[in-house]
Amino acid sequence: MIIRYFAWIRERLNRDEQQLELPDSVKTVQDVLHHLRTIDEDFAFVLPPETVFRAALDDELVELDTPLGSAKELSIFPPMTGG
Amino acid sequence: MMGISVTIQAAIFDAGDLVNQFTRDIPEAGAVATFTGLVRSKPEQPIKALILEHHPTMAQKQIERFAQEAVDKFDLLAIQVVHRFGEMKVGEPIVQVMAASSHRQAAFDGANYVMDWLKTDAPFWKKEVGADGAHWVEARDKDEAAKDKWTK
Repeated sequence: MIIRYFAWIRERLNRDEQQLELPDSVKTVQDVLHHLRTIDEDFAFVLPPETVFRAALDDELVELDTPLGSAKELSIFPPMTGG
Repeated sequence: MMGISVTIQAAIFDAGDLVNQFTRDIPEAGAVATFTGLVRSKPEQPIKALILEHHPTMAQKQIERFAQEAVDKFDLLAIQVVHRFGEMKVGEPIVQVMAASSHRQAAFDGANYVMDWLKTDAPFWKKEVGADGAHWVEARDKDEAAKDKWTK
């Protein structure tokens, strides 16, 4: 799966995106975040569990308990401030 | 004709030219509501520039969705949204929504609806550049509350 980052999350992680092989136990968006915190210290530091952020699977905004299904791309970003 | 047009671009646009072009081909329209969002600077915290980051594919899809919903909900004749990204100066337009309908209320509601949803659910992030450096703008609870009125 490709994980993409935006705005301050992208800046603080110092990466736009990353390719990630997910174990079978990772089933939802929240599971991906938990997995990343486990394997990546920087990620755990920048996005601790209490962080307020939003997520999209293949361009669709989703809740954190949404199953990944066959999505190829997960985007993680702060609450939006357009307009 | 139920035209929906969504453009996401870096280039600056002329607010007046856009609305003149928009209204040219809709003879049934009795009303057009136009909202233009601008880069603003506060006296107590002046900014030099605004940088807008976006998620291109998702932004396009989300705004097209809100535009379609507005057309269906308010029976609009046409709607056009132009949203910029990248760096812009104080006073420049960021976004423009134009809604055309037979009568005025639908046009007002259509433009309002799209802006309320766009604020919280279209993937854009503002970064203000001031004298003391750049910082990301925080989302406002008021914006989250504004869209709730459409779901009641």
